[in-house]
Amino acid sequence: MFDVDRWVEIWVTITRNKTRSLLTCFGVFWGILMLVLLLGSGAGMKNGILGNFKGFATNSVFFYTDRTGESYKGFNKGRWWSMRNRDVESIKNNVNGIEAISPINFGGRSDKNIVYGQITGTYNVKGVMPDYFKIETQELLYGRLLNEIDIQERRKVCVIGSRVNESLFRNQNSTGKYIRVNGLYYQIVGVIKPRSSNIYIGGRSEESVILPFTTMQQTSNQGDLFQFMCVSIKNGHLIEKVIDDISTILKAQNEISPTDPKAVGVVNMAAQFAVFNMLFTGIDILVWLVGMGTLLAGIIGVSNIMMVTIKERTREIGVRRALGAKPFNIISQVMSESLLLTTMAGMLGLSLGVFLLDVVNKILMNSPVDEIKGLSLKIRK
Amino acid sequence: MIELKGINKTYYNGAPLHVLKGIDLTINEGEMVSIMGASGSGKSTLLNILGILDTYDTGSYTLNGQLIRDLSESRAAEIRNRMIGFVFQSFNLISFKNAVENVALPLYYQGIKRKKWNLMAMEYLEMVGLKDWAEHMPNEMSGGQKQRVAIARALIANPRVILADEPTGALDSVTTVEVMELLRNVNKEGMTMIIVTHEPSVAAVTDRIIRVKDGIIEKSEKGNGYV
Repeated sequence: MFDVDRWVEIWVTITRNKTRSLLTCFGVFWGILMLVLLLGSGAGMKNGILGNFKGFATNSVFFYTDRTGESYKGFNKGRWWSMRNRDVESIKNNVNGIEAISPINFGGRSDKNIVYGQITGTYNVKGVMPDYFKIETQELLYGRLLNEIDIQERRKVCVIGSRVNESLFRNQNSTGKYIRVNGLYYQIVGVIKPRSSNIYIGGRSEESVILPFTTMQQTSNQGDLFQFMCVSIKNGHLIEKVIDDISTILKAQNEISPTDPKAVGVVNMAAQFAVFNMLFTGIDILVWLVGMGTLLAGIIGVSNIMMVTIKERTREIGVRRALGAKPFNIISQVMSESLLLTTMAGMLGLSLGVFLLDVVNKILMNSPVDEIKGLSLKIRK
Repeated sequence: MIELKGINKTYYNGAPLHVLKGIDLTINEGEMVSIMGASGSGKSTLLNILGILDTYDTGSYTLNGQLIRDLSESRAAEIRNRMIGFVFQSFNLISFKNAVENVALPLYYQGIKRKKWNLMAMEYLEMVGLKDWAEHMPNEMSGGQKQRVAIARALIANPRVILADEPTGALDSVTTVEVMELLRNVNKEGMTMIIVTHEPSVAAVTDRIIRVKDGIIEKSEKGNGYV
């Protein structure tokens, strides 16, 4: 039942009482605009920071070797120690709740250590297990990732980061080509781009050459030693318990006092995430509170103006009644007026809010922001 | 046309106030009647009951053969719209609508289409001599013009009765005469008309003058019947 005359009547009433209409509109408009802007900036901030973590296992823990803090079994305190390959096996066999585990080796980043033909570059070199790619997930541009056979056969293959591929091969498919890494030749089997650009272990992966862990251990003459290991933990397992179990094994197998507080260094990513999550929950609650408050203020403003309007219009309504307006006519007139006003104002607020957010988004996207150092883990080499 | 029998009305705001104490009144079709009385005599209440803007306690009110009693607000509105035209002392034009829109308002509530309104409204404005003022807002018009617009508005729904509450109360003597002439002419075409007034000169124009005092009809006398 769309009656043109009725809507013309409503429209005339609205447009000929401009001040009243504008005041009503403004309350709603402002409320919605603020709500949208607040929610938008809250969500934007959250996305911005969480974007740094994207692609990185949030349930991961890093272990590194540090100087011992207590003397034990005849060793002085302050001794340097290294983890051994057998530790990884023991942990895999004895600790419940491990999803992925990978020791990591870091190669020298000497000047112009990567060479292809006439082109040279200086990049990070690291050796990892295939499990590593479950912790720092990668987008595969060409070829494949490292696999178990590479590890077992200590193949001289490598996966290179996208920046390396860019400067050495101009983004062409480089799989099958050979590059010289710290003096030895490796065949490229894959090109990767990390999903997370702001969390990395031992240098950005897009600027790294990644070798099989065993190959690297052998070529750098490290025997079965390594100093760094990352682990991701299955859902439903208590992270602190797993950390404890792993530390106990590492200490028991490497002549470290069970009470040594310092020798096994631990970085618990999950704890960091928990802090961030709490922060965001707090921000969310605040944003909704303030937004809803603004909206409520808008609503109260509108009802207030409606009240005043009705008081002011008592005479007009009386005249309309005398001229034959039924109660339904009057009620529907007033309701339609306010509905139309609030709808228009609300849409306007919503559109402007979205527009402003979009403008801000465009500005942020176009400005050459120095990549925000979210959380980078500086690892002692 | 209008028949009131033993109308009683008491207001219960604080102390009960017995305003109308048994009004008996018959008004014939085509008659022009004035109701006079001091403030508080109950004449406004009587007019409100006649206009179905208020209810009565006991008695009976028959309008055009129909008993007006315990009507729903919607039904009352419908009867007001089709049977009764109102003219007020303070004109009561809607301030944000121009003359022609004000005149057309009753037609809107009859559900008549916009194109037809405008034609009819212009016709009635021409009748009251305000065709050139059709697009003017009420605040751009003089009191007499406003009252003429109000009369056109009262007439447009083609009612059976015009109820005028002090139609000249806010006008000077010259415009009073003009407005009364207009009302007299409308009456000559057969419209029943009831005018509430304070002014003897206005009452004199009508066919019959009814004097109300303390809630009863004191006396009924013949008027001059011309301006």
